[in-house]
Amino acid sequence: MLKLSRDNQDKLMLAAIWGAAATTLLFLLWVVWHILSNGLSHVSWEFITGAYTRIGEASGIWAMIVSTVYMVGLSLAFAAPIGIVTAIYLTEYAAPGSQVVKMIRFCTESLAGIPSIVYGLFGMTFFVTTLGLGFSILSGALTLAMLILPVIIRTTEEALLAVPMSYREGGYALGSSKIYTICRLVLPSALPGIVTSIILSTGRVIGESAPVFLTAGMVTQIPESVLESGRTLTVHLYKLTQELFTQHEWDQAYATATILIVLVLMLNMATKVIAARLNKSSK
Amino acid sequence: MNKLEVNNLNLFYGENHALKNISLAIPARQVTALIGPSGCGKSTLLRTLNRMNDLVSGVKINGDVMFEGNNIYQDVDVKHLRMRVGMVFQKPNPFPMSIYENVAFGLKAQGIKDKKVLDDTVEESLRSAALWDEVKDRLNTPAFGLSGGQQQRLCIARTIAMKPEVILMDEPTSALDPIATHKIEELMDELRKQFTIVIVTHSMNQAKRISDKTAFFWMGELVEHGETTQIFNQPIDQRTRGYVSGEFG
Repeated sequence: MLKLSRDNQDKLMLAAIWGAAATTLLFLLWVVWHILSNGLSHVSWEFITGAYTRIGEASGIWAMIVSTVYMVGLSLAFAAPIGIVTAIYLTEYAAPGSQVVKMIRFCTESLAGIPSIVYGLFGMTFFVTTLGLGFSILSGALTLAMLILPVIIRTTEEALLAVPMSYREGGYALGSSKIYTICRLVLPSALPGIVTSIILSTGRVIGESAPVFLTAGMVTQIPESVLESGRTLTVHLYKLTQELFTQHEWDQAYATATILIVLVLMLNMATKVIAARLNKSSK
Repeated sequence: MNKLEVNNLNLFYGENHALKNISLAIPARQVTALIGPSGCGKSTLLRTLNRMNDLVSGVKINGDVMFEGNNIYQDVDVKHLRMRVGMVFQKPNPFPMSIYENVAFGLKAQGIKDKKVLDDTVEESLRSAALWDEVKDRLNTPAFGLSGGQQQRLCIARTIAMKPEVILMDEPTSALDPIATHKIEELMDELRKQFTIVIVTHSMNQAKRISDKTAFFWMGELVEHGETTQIFNQPIDQRTRGYVSGEFG
């Protein structure tokens, strides 16, 4: 039996921790480097702003960028208000531990655990067919709104719970109403957390593919209204990887992946900057 | 003239009988100190006077609390009550906004928008709280930049801005150093001329220094109350004598 001195135990442990951390970092850098090194050289202004053509060298992804922006904006427009108001109800109004709270919690937790393709199937049956919305940005956004709702509720709830009780007490002790105290004191204090939750949801919307093409379709043109089909960047990448025959198609796939990675990185940085700024201004 | 009168008040936290048949009169423009060991119910009683216990679920109250002859649990709008019966908390709790906005918060909550009225009230309240000279040049800076003692005086200014008649103080100096504590006590000596003050304190010396009347609580009961000098010098009840002489508590 090998016996290590306490000193060596410490060193071994430290090495293991460093090793694990380095592995994580290495994999991340590897993936990012792999995508960027294969994709960045094919990203050009023409690629970003051009129209998509299946054949020919001058193919762009502008329509997909526009569809992605529509999808993000519309799904957030549905999910954010409902999610934030639900979270306010759960933390500020409902009696803690009441049946209603337990039921809503159970629902949101279950919703969060459902695989996204199931949402896609539901959206395709209900929004696309039953409601007759067709394969459209609207159908996709409604489906994605259901998908991100639990995330928004949960993170907003956490942000609200983190607001010190003493703020609420201080507000009420001055005779201000509950709604005024919540709007002017509690919500502003929770704003950094709420903004973070919305940006995280944006990342989720950008990242989904299966539920999106099942409900919004894959038309490669700029949708003229939310009732038209559109192809988001992630769906586009999925489609491209289905038919990688020529070098040009490989290049396009990597270039699209590059744009996605840059977008997600920018979102992450925006989250940090906005949260930091809001934190500072509220103190 | 009694500002507040508590009559046969019982309070339950679920099964726990936290206040037992309390009757206590609080005279106007005097300082009444509530003393007693931890968990004796003194803070709980204080929080029934502006109905802060409403925020705690599972609290049941019977008996009356009369404010200027009106039963505050029946005849009075709770928001209106809390404007007239202000409260300062144990730990300074300034809001995450500027000094000015902190003092103006309660007024704005009442829909007062007139800049002149707000400016005047903010200045007047900060002066009354002996804070004006220290902050007049930085009214728009965050309140969190103030020291603990200054923050507590800001909270007092915020309360005064509502022009209350009663100020409830829940161990207002327990989070402060001796110098800041001294300043708050000096301030209370000024405030008693204008306001009725009810203070919960752990410090018997503080009660002796600042209060006119003292009420001693023990396990949810009001054991004895009267003139502060009498409570400390000639206590009638055995338990009061034990507590004020430092035998327990």
